[in-house]
Amino acid sequence: MNATISDGAMVTALIAMLGGAIRVSTPFMFVALGECLTEKSGRINLGLEGSLVLGAMVAYAASYLTGSPWTGVLFAGCAGLVLGALHGFICKLPKVNDIAVGIAFMSFGTGLAFFFGKPYIQPQAPRLEAIHLGDWTGDPRLAQALEVNPLFFVGVGLALFMAWAFRNTRFGLIIRMTGDSAAAAKAMGVSVDLVRFIATAVGGFLAGIGGAFLSLYYPGSWNQGLSSGQGLMAVALVIFARWGPLRCILAALLFGAAGALGPSLQSVGISQGYYFFNAAPYILTLFIMVASARSKAAAREAPGELSITK
Amino acid sequence: MSALPLETPSAKMAPSLSAHGMTKTFGAFTALGDVSIDVAAGSFHALLGENGAGKSTLVKCIMGFYSPDKGQVTLDGKAISIRSPRDARAHGIGMVYQHFTLVPCLTAAENLVISRADTPSVINWAKERRALDAFMETMPFRVPLDAQVSALSAGEKQKLEILKLLYLDQRFMILDEPTSVLTPGEADEMLGLLHGMCDRGEITVLMISHKFREVKSFCDRFSVLRRGRLTGEGDAKTASVEEMSRMMIGDTQVRERATRAALPEQPMVLELAGLCAEDDAGLPAIQGVNLKIRGGEIVGVAGVSGNGQSALVEALAGQRPLTDGEMTIRGEVFTPKRGNFDRFRVFGLPEEPLKNATVPRMSVAENIAFRSFDKPPIASLGWWMSKAPMRAKAEDLIARYRVKTTSPDAPIETLSGGNVQRAVLARELSGDVDVLIVANPCFGLDFASVADIRSQIMEARNRGAAVLLVSEDLDEILELADRVAVMSGGTITYIAATEATDRNTIGQHMAGH
Repeated sequence: MNATISDGAMVTALIAMLGGAIRVSTPFMFVALGECLTEKSGRINLGLEGSLVLGAMVAYAASYLTGSPWTGVLFAGCAGLVLGALHGFICKLPKVNDIAVGIAFMSFGTGLAFFFGKPYIQPQAPRLEAIHLGDWTGDPRLAQALEVNPLFFVGVGLALFMAWAFRNTRFGLIIRMTGDSAAAAKAMGVSVDLVRFIATAVGGFLAGIGGAFLSLYYPGSWNQGLSSGQGLMAVALVIFARWGPLRCILAALLFGAAGALGPSLQSVGISQGYYFFNAAPYILTLFIMVASARSKAAAREAPGELSITK
Repeated sequence: MSALPLETPSAKMAPSLSAHGMTKTFGAFTALGDVSIDVAAGSFHALLGENGAGKSTLVKCIMGFYSPDKGQVTLDGKAISIRSPRDARAHGIGMVYQHFTLVPCLTAAENLVISRADTPSVINWAKERRALDAFMETMPFRVPLDAQVSALSAGEKQKLEILKLLYLDQRFMILDEPTSVLTPGEADEMLGLLHGMCDRGEITVLMISHKFREVKSFCDRFSVLRRGRLTGEGDAKTASVEEMSRMMIGDTQVRERATRAALPEQPMVLELAGLCAEDDAGLPAIQGVNLKIRGGEIVGVAGVSGNGQSALVEALAGQRPLTDGEMTIRGEVFTPKRGNFDRFRVFGLPEEPLKNATVPRMSVAENIAFRSFDKPPIASLGWWMSKAPMRAKAEDLIARYRVKTTSPDAPIETLSGGNVQRAVLARELSGDVDVLIVANPCFGLDFASVADIRSQIMEARNRGAAVLLVSEDLDEILELADRVAVMSGGTITYIAATEATDRNTIGQHMAGH
């Protein structure tokens, strides 16, 4: 470090990080909630990275063609839903390993997006509008940091709903049941395959929406390097959050803050170690994976049917 | 279907059920041939038979898991058709399986509510709790409703399973070996309560069992199956145990039991001092186990499953790391590694041998050679393995230990449970044995195999081995052990010479008193 950082710069960096955390965390949040739902039903979908990228491309294309970014979001969700449903359907077949299928779907979704997405790299599509929460402060930095995309609130609301539904609805209890003991679910006449199929498909839908956020808000354009493994990191994030939807939000914010570290330090003129700070989310993922693999408390809360816990 | 029996449950009558001419074949194999049983309303009926005798097939036909080729089930005199477990449920027929069907991560209350056919989409917990509390008021036993099922004891889980059937208003209950996970005290309490409910005409029970003691003390009638046929039935109160067991095993030749040889005072062989180990979730599984075993002595470790016995055996076998404590054999520290197993002549017969002591897809000969494949005559120069001596040795042991296999080259997973157990015994007992560690050696085996395997263990003792026998079958321990130890809460809470103790005292210690 060449200079002492003044207090003002520090505040700027922190505000930038807060805004960044909210921005960067949103796609994490959606993918993590989707993955959380799928894993709660006893299946892992590693293909959500593919759903995310395809969702991003479809959202951008649909927004460009229809002129409505929210239509794009809906289409992105549907693209994710289709991929998720395919994954769910293939995993229903006997002797299919969900992890292997997930990896295949990761490449499939990404490949599909690249193939159909070529024509949309150049044009400008209408983007999602942010809600300006900070204009009243009169501080332009705060105002900018507090421009929050409505999808962030949708995600938080969804997490609250999921946390409530897992305890208080029949379908929530049935999902937890299939995830923890397929034998018990079968003995009660629940179709385990159907429940997992639905959970995987809906999980894909959420991942697709996460993708829409990437291309329609931040970074806000469609290109092939758009996702940097958020879909995969979300899997680590769900383990870190111990399969709790509300903890998924906190974990996503933490990952988001880590992701915002590099850019916000750059915003106050610290560019040394820029690439290192940009790698923060990946380093965090690595540490979390190591720590949670050792954590016996996490092992206790893992759904019993998951193939990683068997 | 109304699922909430909130009014006085005794007002509801127990149903009677008969199954007539039940036949079920799987390919050329007749699992069930023309079996009929009658269970009167309000009776406590026992279904006896060895493993593979067709008991499960019969109840699975009644429950709608299998569709019988022939046969008719009548409930309260009316013919009914049951095509799926759902149908059985709608008719008020419920079953408690040997393996719990509760969901571990849900609470007791959640398990009850979700088991209903008409669980509302959005559950109003305040209302459900009031209904559940009112239901529990009418029940002879309670379980904590807010506890996660994974935190309940086996006895509580079993009670919750039965409560679930009552909650669903299933008044014809099929119980599959319901006491196998309970302490003798818990088992007696539970069966006594069920017996009382039967007497009051609230429920009818059909219980699969092979514990004669329980059948004699609690049941009204019994039916016996052998090889898919009904071989007898009668009044459980008047029939003798000999009659029942003859109906169960037929004319099978049972090998003469090896008798306990009187041995002069032997030196101390195996000493366990303060052993501690953790379970997979990192909680203490065994805490400070101390035990000394002399040569020529069998120490039987009794206990309700899940009190650390498996962890103890795994620690001795090197499958689970010790967090504290020390094992010594003849005064030398023993760490469970392959080289040391050989040096100290430690052998073992773990529970579920197909999983814990064999590689299922390798051949019988290879599995039998696990202790000797790296030594002459099978191995030369320490690394070159020749098949011929391995096969010769396997053939010899297969003949001596009467392992029924199509060939020494058959994968060991194709053998029946008793024969897998014999093959492992052949491997472990054929040499000089100083220490033998045995866990649930007869679980799920037929009478002839049980007698055979117990004899082998006794013979090893008579040859001077120190034997640690961990078993959930108290009768087995009382038959074989010179001393009985009781394991409860991960530690040994009681130890006594077998002739100086009795079932009651042991049972009380198993329950943790």
